[in-house]
Amino acid sequence: MLKNNGVPSREELTEVKPSRERLQQGPVVIVECIQEIPCDPCYYACPRGAFYPFSDINSKPEIDYDKCNGCSICIANCPGLAVFVVDFTYSEEEGLLQIPYELTPLPEKGEEVVTLNRSGEEIGTGRVVKVLNTKKQDRTAIVSVAVPKEILMEARHIKLRREGQ
Amino acid sequence: MLETDLAIVGAGPAGLAAALEAANRGSNVIILERDEWLGGQLIKQTHQFFGSKNEFAGMRGVDIASHFTELVEQEKKIKVFKGATALGYYEDGVLTAAYKRGMLKIKPRTLLIAAGALEKMIPFINNDLPGVYGAGAVQTLMNVYGIAPGERVLMVGAGNIGLIVSYQLMQAGIEVEAIIEAAPQVGGYWVHASKIRRMGVPIKTRHTILKARGTREVEGAQICEIDENWDPLPGTEKEVSVDTICLAVGLSPMVELLWQAGCQMQLSPHLGGYVPVRNGNLETTVEGVFIAGDVAGIEEATSAILEGQLAGLAAAQKIGFEVEEEKIQSIKANLKTLRAGPVGEHIRQGLAGVER
Repeated sequence: MLKNNGVPSREELTEVKPSRERLQQGPVVIVECIQEIPCDPCYYACPRGAFYPFSDINSKPEIDYDKCNGCSICIANCPGLAVFVVDFTYSEEEGLLQIPYELTPLPEKGEEVVTLNRSGEEIGTGRVVKVLNTKKQDRTAIVSVAVPKEILMEARHIKLRREGQ
Repeated sequence: MLETDLAIVGAGPAGLAAALEAANRGSNVIILERDEWLGGQLIKQTHQFFGSKNEFAGMRGVDIASHFTELVEQEKKIKVFKGATALGYYEDGVLTAAYKRGMLKIKPRTLLIAAGALEKMIPFINNDLPGVYGAGAVQTLMNVYGIAPGERVLMVGAGNIGLIVSYQLMQAGIEVEAIIEAAPQVGGYWVHASKIRRMGVPIKTRHTILKARGTREVEGAQICEIDENWDPLPGTEKEVSVDTICLAVGLSPMVELLWQAGCQMQLSPHLGGYVPVRNGNLETTVEGVFIAGDVAGIEEATSAILEGQLAGLAAAQKIGFEVEEEKIQSIKANLKTLRAGPVGEHIRQGLAGVER
């Protein structure tokens, strides 16, 4: 459980998961923010108003998944690095995972990387498709990784395979 | 003797926010800062801040420090003494400070103590070995001076500081062997815990450190599990190979000046130790002496900024400068909102015992 070791349980994850139908319709945000803490930048980040206004800043974010188009702007705006975007429609076998990334060096487009789950265990490999690091993101890069669909809901971090890493 | 409307001890988020608000209402302000730079702990905070978008959430601490520093340096009503350590506040209303091998004497009409906090230490065998650091020192080495404290670190404490410093260590390319935490739960925000867990750093709750290994410097540590009474469980000892032990086991308000000034003090475990009794405008029992930030109770930077604004305005109002009551009420409302959730519960409990 999150509070005991930082790894959310299956039950805890259920509450932040869009419906199966929505997941099959294209890119969508997954906000793994499962604790009531005083924080609201995600609401202001979304240009489509997909985050409901916070009646109390301590509430957990609530999302209108029909308004979200998976644009990924909110990823770099979350101080907790808790926002991801998944796309089950990326290709026949692969899904696309977008994660916040604040380590150096940044991965490069086309690079094969190891994918890690929420406990930091290696669960496979992925291929970096895009690295976005604009000034507006304020040093939180967004890395898009193509991964097998089976691990799209499990992979949440990557490790580079370069020498000395 | 220097004279001023408001003297502020400490140029962290609380002190700087207070100086700007007071100067904005017409007060002349003198800031005393022990370090050679402004911003306090903010300058080491490379992560984005939580809180309300209206109070810098989403900005990195180091950038908030630059923002405030710039504003304070542009403001002609504020005079800053860097490298000045406040020494005492006396019956005749004189504040003294050590400065450039001499002494400053200031007679302020109001005084704000925003001195921040001290790191706590825990007892274990060999805790005086080189290689045992406080988390603040590790952050200073890494983020102020660009020096790696070691190659492999055991982090003690899974509060926000322990979690954030672990993340910063990983960003600097330093390995974190594990984070151990005596409590049964992660004390910091769970999102901070998650982001280092997925990088492969284990968080071991109900664990403590028994001893540091090594003769001239840290070469390892012995950790163990603890039971519900926080006593070590025999047979669970484990050796870890690290060259650095980083302690992030809590902070205590740095209240010496307030004791010395004769403020009524009260022990509040929820707020981190002895803190001054204060009224709703953050004025202590010594008239004209205000507090803000960690010295008033261990919290975080957003509330320190808000408390600083409140104390700065209240101090200006006290000596006759015009301050709109709505402004004061709106800051109080923002503070209340920030502290309203489950993570603010201990703050609410602590404050209930020290506000008069």
